Amino acid sequence: MSELRPELAAIAGMIRPGTRVLDVGCGDGALLHHLVQAKGVDGRGIEISQQNVNACVARGLSVVQGDADTDLSEYPAGVFDAVILSQTIQATEKPLKVLTDMLRIGRRVAVSLPNFGHWRVRTSLLLHGRMPRTRTLDYNWYDTPNIHLCTLADFIGLTRKAGAVFTEAHTLDTDGRTTRIRPGAVTSGFFGPNLTAPGAIFLLKKS
Amino acid sequence: MSETLEMVQAAVETGEGTVRFGPEAPLRLDSGAKLENFQIAYNTYGTLNADRSNAVLICHALTGDQHVASAHPVTGKPGWWVSLVGPGKPIDTDRYFVICANVIGGCMGSTGPADTDPATGKPYGLNFPLITIRDMVRAQKLLVDALGIEKLFAVIGGSMGGMQVLQWAASYPESVRAAIPIACAARHSAQNIALHEVGRQAIMADPEWKNGEYANHGTFPAKGLAVARMAAHITYLSEAALQRKFGRNLQNRASLSFQFAPDFQIESYLHYQGAAFVDRFDANSYLYITRAMDYFDLAAEQDGGLAEAFRGSPTRFCIIAFTSDWLFPPAENRRVAHALNAVAGNVSFVVIDSDKGHDAFLLDEPEMFAAVDGFIAAVAREAELP
Repeated sequence: MSELRPELAAIAGMIRPGTRVLDVGCGDGALLHHLVQAKGVDGRGIEISQQNVNACVARGLSVVQGDADTDLSEYPAGVFDAVILSQTIQATEKPLKVLTDMLRIGRRVAVSLPNFGHWRVRTSLLLHGRMPRTRTLDYNWYDTPNIHLCTLADFIGLTRKAGAVFTEAHTLDTDGRTTRIRPGAVTSGFFGPNLTAPGAIFLLKKS
Repeated sequence: MSETLEMVQAAVETGEGTVRFGPEAPLRLDSGAKLENFQIAYNTYGTLNADRSNAVLICHALTGDQHVASAHPVTGKPGWWVSLVGPGKPIDTDRYFVICANVIGGCMGSTGPADTDPATGKPYGLNFPLITIRDMVRAQKLLVDALGIEKLFAVIGGSMGGMQVLQWAASYPESVRAAIPIACAARHSAQNIALHEVGRQAIMADPEWKNGEYANHGTFPAKGLAVARMAAHITYLSEAALQRKFGRNLQNRASLSFQFAPDFQIESYLHYQGAAFVDRFDANSYLYITRAMDYFDLAAEQDGGLAEAFRGSPTRFCIIAFTSDWLFPPAENRRVAHALNAVAGNVSFVVIDSDKGHDAFLLDEPEMFAAVDGFIAAVAREAELP
């Protein structure tokens, strides 16, 4: 198995061994596989792509083909120690509902997302007058799965609306490397992570 | 019971067996009736390990039987699931002890309507009690107990076999480590009941059916049963597969005949399917088993809905559906996955892209094999199976 990319390694660091974990939008199951193998978690996944689901199940993971927007409401409250949403919230139809559902079914929620407030995005729009296309958001506006992009400051606003606080934060650089920062530092000052970080990871819980 | 066990032991060696239950051990049925002096015919493949932890029960579909991976005694054709079951296959008979039993009500050795009613000395016919999927599973549990197996490593089946898998998991959760229901549903839909009723009426409309007592009259409702099979066979395929395979091609002719003899290849094909079926299947069994499927509704035995059937289940599930299956469509399979999610069950749910319709589960579907293979391997690791 190839090494876990740094972002997923940072999320894995938030997961307690032996607990029950749900990975929403688990992709090909790289993180879930790692969590099951290295941390002995009871890992479950939801993934929208049929091909990815089949690949996950073929490697022995418990993954269901489903849609975060509609299927999270099926799960009962408080059954997972952690729910993970990695690089997926910007592709959901109803980010607030998805976040609220996750906070209901998991005691802790780990979310990673791209930052639309990053200076490259801002300057790209300013200078070229076209929808920004960057290394981390490399899509044309008309065929992007990312229908609800936001800035880190926007996301923090959403977590407040969902009644959550974040207990841990990491910034993500262009190569996906992570740096742990103080949760309060995310939106501090004009030159803070909301301008400088291409993405971030947050660990949330209900306030 | 010692006689039973001896027979069972013999069966483990020979691979084919019949276990008989005398009047002291009647099968109590959902209808309230009791089935006395019944027997279960079954096949086994592979070897049961010392701690009896490697048993895989395969549940067959409506017209299937226990000859899952060996030649059929009547038709001589290879077993119906040799694509999945055998040495080196996803259900590897070099590693697992595979059991497949003919369902109660069937016609391949387990007690069914064609057998002699001990009360009258004549074939049961319509005096055979109505049976349900749960009754079939009850009988299989008796067999598994007789084999001395406390916990099945896995229960797997497609279509009606998948219904039995779900029933196994709901009725005996502690006896099922892994459940693989394929192309099935937790309830028979109105459309499916309707289709079954057409088949049953075709059989009953055949003058040779004689109210189910054809054996006493020396007749057989072959035409009715063939029509039932023809109608059902269409439901096992898909519009796309029929078009691809047959289109509007004519059978052995250059132009339309302007008669009712089969002009089209699809007609000849269906006629062949109907004719081949009546050689190996009993008409009354077809009535009873279709009825059992119609009655299946796993949520109905729970007050709180389908999810309650699986609350607290220790079983790992792998549900498999096919995109072009309109008999048991992905949505019906998804209902089961959602019910398991609702009780935080351990479930995988795979939808496989195929244009082959319901029958895809019996065919060469590499993605299905990969899913079954990966799932079983993971459960085996978890169970520390050697």
